[in-house]
Amino acid sequence: MAKTLTIAPVSRIEGHAKVTIQLDDAGNVSDSFVNVVELRGFEKFCIGRPVEELPRIVTSICGVCPWSHHLASAKANDAVYGVEPPSAGKKLRDLSNSIAYTEEHILHFYFLAGADFVMGPSAAYAVRNVIGIAGAHPDIAKKVVRNRHLGARMLEIISGKSIHPVTGVPGGYSKPLTEDERQKVLPMAEEVLEFAKFTIKFAKENIFPKYLDTVKTLGVINTGFLGTVAEDGSLNCYDGKLQMMKPDGSFEDFTYDQYTDFIGEMVQPWSYLKFPYAKKWGEGFDMNLEAPKGIYRTNTLARINVADKMATPLAQEEFTEFRNQFGRPAQLTLLYHWARLIELLYHAEHMVDLLNDSEITSTETRSAVTPRAARGVGCVEAPRGTLIHDYETDEKGMVKNVNLIVGTTHNNAPINMSVKQAATTLIKNGAYDEGILNQVEMSIRAYDPCLSCATHNLDGTIPVKVDILDHKGQLLKTYKN
Amino acid sequence: MVKVAEEWLNICGGCEVTVLDIGEPLLDLLPSLEFVHIPVLMDHKYFGQTGEDDPNVIQIPEADVGIISGGVRNEKEKHVAEAMRKNCKTLIALGSCACYGGIPALANMYTLDDLYKKVYRESVTTEASDTPKDNLPPLLDRVYAVDEVVNVDLYIPGCPTNPVLVVEALTALLEGKPFTLPERSVCDDCPVKREKKAEVAIKRPLQDAEFTPGQYDTMRCFNEQGIICLGPVTKSGCGKSVTEGEQLVPRCVKGYMPCRGCFGPIRKGANPLVDMMSAMSSIGLDAKQVDDRRALLNRYIGGQKRLRPLPARPGR
Repeated sequence: MAKTLTIAPVSRIEGHAKVTIQLDDAGNVSDSFVNVVELRGFEKFCIGRPVEELPRIVTSICGVCPWSHHLASAKANDAVYGVEPPSAGKKLRDLSNSIAYTEEHILHFYFLAGADFVMGPSAAYAVRNVIGIAGAHPDIAKKVVRNRHLGARMLEIISGKSIHPVTGVPGGYSKPLTEDERQKVLPMAEEVLEFAKFTIKFAKENIFPKYLDTVKTLGVINTGFLGTVAEDGSLNCYDGKLQMMKPDGSFEDFTYDQYTDFIGEMVQPWSYLKFPYAKKWGEGFDMNLEAPKGIYRTNTLARINVADKMATPLAQEEFTEFRNQFGRPAQLTLLYHWARLIELLYHAEHMVDLLNDSEITSTETRSAVTPRAARGVGCVEAPRGTLIHDYETDEKGMVKNVNLIVGTTHNNAPINMSVKQAATTLIKNGAYDEGILNQVEMSIRAYDPCLSCATHNLDGTIPVKVDILDHKGQLLKTYKN
Repeated sequence: MVKVAEEWLNICGGCEVTVLDIGEPLLDLLPSLEFVHIPVLMDHKYFGQTGEDDPNVIQIPEADVGIISGGVRNEKEKHVAEAMRKNCKTLIALGSCACYGGIPALANMYTLDDLYKKVYRESVTTEASDTPKDNLPPLLDRVYAVDEVVNVDLYIPGCPTNPVLVVEALTALLEGKPFTLPERSVCDDCPVKREKKAEVAIKRPLQDAEFTPGQYDTMRCFNEQGIICLGPVTKSGCGKSVTEGEQLVPRCVKGYMPCRGCFGPIRKGANPLVDMMSAMSSIGLDAKQVDDRRALLNRYIGGQKRLRPLPARPGR
């Protein structure tokens, strides 16, 4: 008989979601929903605040990627106040961003997603987690805990506060780095770089080959991509131009303030969470698995796809190998994990380079600003994707309007599509177990979704609308929640 | 072995990351703790592992210690808080969202209709639409602190909280000792120079404060430089470092930025807004010059009815 399976809460992701899978009389998937349940309201309650306070308010959108929100907000402030930070101020922001990336990528790979691969997708839930890894591989666990924490320690030394930071200010960075502090941080950064090298080697030897079949099938969809690249085409997560790539690999570049021409957001009556789509393509929005329209993805795989190269040597070697093996754009959803480790290596190399840059200890880190009426858009690449902060102020510099599009929200439609793909392929004729349902969750975890970020605006039960097609692709029925 | 259940409600995840920021000592603590439920790290589910149990009964295993981060924003979070209280002997509110509502409680200045209108009909990239309502769970009228919904035994505030305090609280519980934070202010921990008189009028932090990089004890107090700092009315505790031998400096001050009150009031029942106004007056600052005073002085503590929508003023 027909029945409903509820995977709740979706675990080892940031924030709240549940997946509802409806089975028909034959035990096949007739419907599935990803429900995101949480409320915030930042776009409303940022209005009326002095704009320079926003970098200290929007951080609480996400405690996992607070630096991304902090820096996007500081850059939107630069634009509103019409000021260019001194070079050392920009470098300190870039350094903080790269350190935060290493911490977050280590967190996601080992603490959140890794257990599926290290312990196995069907291992008992009591050990299918980082505590299980700690029991099975205590030496690795010790390194993991230490190296993730080194990121937090470095950020504390550089900025005072590693979570919900305060040093990104309009016009630059409030705290210069002293030579003493630089010398304290540099060996920590070098240690994390060694750990990054270890991690990608470990994964390439022990994990990726073992799960290549899963990678080729689980949650696979075909989409476009959005990310940021520097002027020379190399991957850059602090600054650059935005690039939107179609599924066929053709692309267009645009500046931050042009984002409204490229991205639209659909509201569905059955979802609080909006669905961004590529408005510029002029094809509308459709989550049909066979013929998606306007669908693009963000986050690690997207950034690796839009980049022509990496700015650091070891990451470049890994990038070349990845591109040779999977092409451009690479579409397999689980490759997000692989791309994440290439980025981990890049950020570790980049932070060591910045710490060896003689300008990093300059005391010229901040330019003073004067309030004015203006609009400013600031973007960075958050770990989970392109982060857009768009502020408008009155003549006193008080906020009149705010628009935010965050990394995970870009991936709202793709996550729904991957879950639908995973559930319908894995669950057949009523056969399912905890391990199969966990694989459905794995198709979500690949995106490292941060539903705290995504629901900065409103609470909701949201997400998957499922169209059932016949073998010719004709629409038989549409399900939605 | 102490059984621990952890839940996050209306959160950002920063307090969970803070627990990891305990660093390697966390591995020493782990053998004494048995996690029975913690969605951020472990796949224990509410309605059975294949999701076929009663969807109206949230299953939280019995635990000695329950930890909740985040305030309460919707019906589901209220039910989770109730299930945690029912199944945990000692309940800890972790972080300022759980203790006071936190930053998300700034939304308490507006009605739900205001929020919906902004998000679905007044956003530059969004096609204006009706508020989604098909099968969506109801939001509560405002953000609640956890203790407005269930009894809380122990409070660890901060946005996020401090890893040292988490270790201290857990160690006290493991040893069966009480845990409370002293009634001290951030200023009590702050090394800057104070002369009890402001040297200039109030100014927004649009330029650097005066300081010598690497030094804190030669720097003049932010308030006395005319830059509003909530240190006088904020509970101490943020500056403790997991690394031994570090100078105790409140963490925002360490970044040469003023405190914004994330550890909440110094004592239960205090009113930081009123107390800060008198702290400003006492050093000769005119509190009326502070832009956006109500939101600034209640930034992390808008639950417990401290922030609410103001009636529209005539002529505005």
